[in-house]
Amino acid sequence: MPRKLTNPFSTSSMPQSERAGERRASHSKGNRLVGFFSSKAKEQSHSQQQSSVSSPSAMSLPTISLSAAAAGEQHLDEPPTTLFEPPSADEARKEERAASQFGPLLHPTHRHVSQSFGQPLETPIEDEPPYYFVLTTYLSYLILIFCGHIRDFFGKRFGNKKHYQTLKAQNGYAPLNDDFDNFYVRRLKLRLDDCFARPTTGVPGRFITLMDRKSDDFNRTYKFTGTYTQTLNMSSYNYLGFAQSDGPCADAVEECVRKYGLSSASPRADSGTNDLAVEVEREVAQFVGKPAAMVFSMGFVTNAGSFPALVSKGCLILSDELNHASIRIGARLSGAVIRSFKHNDIGDLEAKLREAISQGQPRTHRPWKKILVAVEGLYSMEGTMVDLPGVLALKKKYKFFLYVDEAHSIGALGPRGRGVCDYFGVDPAEIDILMGTLTKSFGANGGYVAAEKHIIDKLRSTNAATLLGESPAPSVLMQILASLRIITGELAPGQGEERLQRIAFNSRYLRLGLKRLGYIVYGHDDSPIIPIMLYHPAKIAAFSHEMLKRKISVVVVGYPATPLISSRARFCVSSAHNKEDLDRVLAACDEVGDIIQIKYSTGLAGGAEPLPEGVTPEMEKEWRKANGLEGVIKPPRWKLEDVLARGVQDAKVPLR
Amino acid sequence: MDLQDLQTRLNLFLDHAATTFQKVPGSAVLIRYVRSSYQNDPVRSAIELVLVIFFIRYLLSPSYSTSKVNYVKLTEDEIDELVEEWTPEPLVAPLTPLEETSLEKLPILVGPSGPKSKLSTGKTVTNLASYNFYNLNANEQIKEKAIATLRTYGVGPCGPPQFYGTQDVHMKAEADIASYLGTEKCIVYAQAFSAISSVIPAFCKRGDVIVADRAVNYSIRRGLEISRSNIRWYNHNDFEDLEQVMRGVVAEQKKKGKLTRRFIVTEGLFETCGDMNNLPKLVELKEKYKFRIILDETWSFGVLGRTGRGLTEHQNVDPTQIDMIVGSLAGPLCAGGGFCAGDGDVVEHQRIAAAAYTFSAALPAMLAMTASESLNVLQSNPEILAGCRENVRLLRGQLAEGRSEWVVCTSAAENPVQLLVLREEVVRARRLELEDQERLLQECVDEALANGVLITRLKGMSISTHNSLKDGSWIVQPALKVCVTSGLSKKDIEKAGQTIRHAITKVMTKKGNNKLNLPAA
Ligand SMILES: Cc1ncc(COP(=O)(O)O)c(C=O)c1O
Repeated sequence: MPRKLTNPFSTSSMPQSERAGERRASHSKGNRLVGFFSSKAKEQSHSQQQSSVSSPSAMSLPTISLSAAAAGEQHLDEPPTTLFEPPSADEARKEERAASQFGPLLHPTHRHVSQSFGQPLETPIEDEPPYYFVLTTYLSYLILIFCGHIRDFFGKRFGNKKHYQTLKAQNGYAPLNDDFDNFYVRRLKLRLDDCFARPTTGVPGRFITLMDRKSDDFNRTYKFTGTYTQTLNMSSYNYLGFAQSDGPCADAVEECVRKYGLSSASPRADSGTNDLAVEVEREVAQFVGKPAAMVFSMGFVTNAGSFPALVSKGCLILSDELNHASIRIGARLSGAVIRSFKHNDIGDLEAKLREAISQGQPRTHRPWKKILVAVEGLYSMEGTMVDLPGVLALKKKYKFFLYVDEAHSIGALGPRGRGVCDYFGVDPAEIDILMGTLTKSFGANGGYVAAEKHIIDKLRSTNAATLLGESPAPSVLMQILASLRIITGELAPGQGEERLQRIAFNSRYLRLGLKRLGYIVYGHDDSPIIPIMLYHPAKIAAFSHEMLKRKISVVVVGYPATPLISSRARFCVSSAHNKEDLDRVLAACDEVGDIIQIKYSTGLAGGAEPLPEGVTPEMEKEWRKANGLEGVIKPPRWKLEDVLARGVQDAKVPLR
Repeated sequence: MDLQDLQTRLNLFLDHAATTFQKVPGSAVLIRYVRSSYQNDPVRSAIELVLVIFFIRYLLSPSYSTSKVNYVKLTEDEIDELVEEWTPEPLVAPLTPLEETSLEKLPILVGPSGPKSKLSTGKTVTNLASYNFYNLNANEQIKEKAIATLRTYGVGPCGPPQFYGTQDVHMKAEADIASYLGTEKCIVYAQAFSAISSVIPAFCKRGDVIVADRAVNYSIRRGLEISRSNIRWYNHNDFEDLEQVMRGVVAEQKKKGKLTRRFIVTEGLFETCGDMNNLPKLVELKEKYKFRIILDETWSFGVLGRTGRGLTEHQNVDPTQIDMIVGSLAGPLCAGGGFCAGDGDVVEHQRIAAAAYTFSAALPAMLAMTASESLNVLQSNPEILAGCRENVRLLRGQLAEGRSEWVVCTSAAENPVQLLVLREEVVRARRLELEDQERLLQECVDEALANGVLITRLKGMSISTHNSLKDGSWIVQPALKVCVTSGLSKKDIEKAGQTIRHAITKVMTKKGNNKLNLPAA
């Protein structure tokens, strides 16, 4: 497939384009892999110079909006002089394709720096719906369960044998599935099954293309209709928008496949370690700020394999109650005692620590060999961030080891995208083990563990996934390397920064908008994961369908992934989205919220009317007193126009 | 009328209850509270009532926390003191000498993994340490397919399969594998190593019975451990022992009048000893005693059988008789990920119950496409497999069948992974502990590498023998691992075999190594 090599570097409207070009040139530190990029680097500084001639400063000329091209790689194919000519049909198609993967930035102000405002992290207020909704939610489940049992009763006797086959003992074999365990799947999940595992095709970027399917037998089987629907992608963990099939990452990966083939065909401990893996490990370590790192071909197994290598019998793992399944499985495999503490509750953690240390091991009262506290940087179902400063304050006193899973926070948080440490301004050296996945922000696959060198060395010799599991594919390693270099600004300078700031802005903008519309939104303000509460089981499917009608893909989750009552929908914001996309989401949510009545919020958790002119947040208390508004909380139900009109400016100050 | 009668009685009863209640001290407060709250918000009272009932039930329920039994009550100061005094062990133990040398000697490839690979030392060596049995890693047709996929799908699917991570390429790969194997359906996991560790606990729950071969690999052991099932072991490939264990389980359950799920878990080609299973026998026993089979074909899929379908093809067993076939796409297929093939019900259940599938991102589209394409290549050119087998035969001619007085080969003759273990008499005569054997074999690896042949040894002994699975103790015999590839000429293979043999001889006869390893004083 001969393909014209695109210039991987965008016209980057970044003001420092000239300086960046220089930096690039001086950057050949004898690095073998630079060869992959170096020839392009020359081209790049060339085109950047030209483009800076034709458009001296995009910042001062926002209307030209060259910045739109900053991360959409396609533009650069054309010599800068053609910038003002209408693009050819072919070019236009390419541009459209690039924009469907990574939306152009509409205005330079749609950026923000993801950083703690300096105060200690407060637990976000969790608003609650009126009792009426809680009650009817329970009622819905009761009805569902009741009807389910009735249907089971008759179904098992008179129904289609095939549907009940796996539940019955058959010619001497016990049933494959527990009747009881399977009840939820059979009677509840099946009804909403079409909201899950929707097959897709193409790049899961700004838009995602769904393969339309329909079911004639109540979601037991599906038929593809042969048509496709392009939807706005609010579902993928594509935080920094690296899900792209063109551009510097994809170009590097293509060359890598030509050179390395597709597999390392061996575990890391045998002959699966190649120069790319070593390079990636070095760069990852440097990126997260640790002396050493190791990479794995799967994030799940990174956790599942690392805990057994770190702790064993006689040790204690204190795990946040909402930790990911991979942490729980790893902890179980380790043989250590596992206790959990309330989600992000530092007080509870301290109480558990005091009890554990003072009581020692169960029965014998021997002191624990070591205590490992496992937390996540950003919780994928709640949108909450770990209270890292709080945990670290305890760490000094209680001498436990800290394991932070940055699966969702790496890349997505912090002014430089380096995760929760970066966000809170904490020295990474204070955390013993930094783990993360490369599946999300980097658009690749796999996971990493970063720590002191002696720890990594030991892990290399004792972690089963390194000794026996397959090593990451070279193409995946190259994707990691290229995306990392974009984030750090080493490659395509300016693009990384833009991506980081766009996701920070987008997250706050959408969150604020949803609160103002009247949704109950969980999580911290800077989190790119934005869960909104649905409660009713029927609304899970309704919300998903209504959004799909408006060509927006969302993830909906219910029991058992969440507590029975708190079914929710989750938006994952990406740098690939621009304000137009988020406005589309807000408009859709406005409509759908009214149709299925999910604007539950009481105003406790934000979305309040702005303060009048001249009243600053510090004066708010007095102002309320003076106007007799003390303790008055109005449920926010903003009009869509107002939400859109005020969103940009309000998203950049502490949300209210 | 009856109804009226009932009503008056009810009223009387309520009155009576109310007066008795008012006699209880403190009841007035409660009544006032309920009344006022009822006025404000009737729904709230109802909910509070429910809460009170729950609370009472909770209080009455037996405390399940057993740790409290010998809880020592301490003052805050005492706790502070204990906290002050407590010193944890370091997070990791120091490296053992063997670990240290292994790390130091770890080969780093520069460039692609192929039959001849370049190392970071600058040397180009014959690579007999990779699972690239058919050199598909260098196949241009596959590369082009992968690149075309890259240009339509990007690299990562950025989400778990249940949340928009399922792409048409994954469905195609699943369909291709299923039709290749001859099963109804198939599910693709993002990593082969965690596939079986997830498949087992998806079906085997607490109370179920698993009968497992003592020699099963570490991934399976992990799965067994997570499943919390009742695990029975049988001696490696000993079908009489297996039958006895199965009979025991059946009799036991009959006596108790309880039927649970029962599974046999074993491998096609064994990872730790290289030998082959006997499927016809296994199927016969399964049918007789009504067990389900979970077969790990990680090392036999794409290897055994005329077209590489694995053990079922090799031994002419209908694949539908095996309930779950688990295999790898990352080995000889040079793609990535793993799979489990079986009935529709079996596969669909995993999509919601297998942790490594639901809680992990999907396989990159490129690798899924590569798997499909590799299968296609294998299917349309079965002679590729024959080439590799010929090379295995040649290598065995150099290393097995009594060619070396130091080692024997435990692998099946069809297995491209040839495992060489030290002869029993050598181990006995020199009193070699496991660690000594590992050290000696590492020296053999180093010596072979010095002569231009990259081989490796079985890794992970320390972790595979450690586990909390009772009575599953199985000492993995330290072994050299030589992986054959069809990418080398006959001459190269023979020469490499010779080099390895000589390296072993040199190490074993080296001064210092051939002394009796007498126990210290
Ligand atoms: C906290 C956490 N850890 C680990 C993982 C697993 O990562 P991967 O999808 O790369 O297997 C996830 C993915 O969902 C996660 O949320």
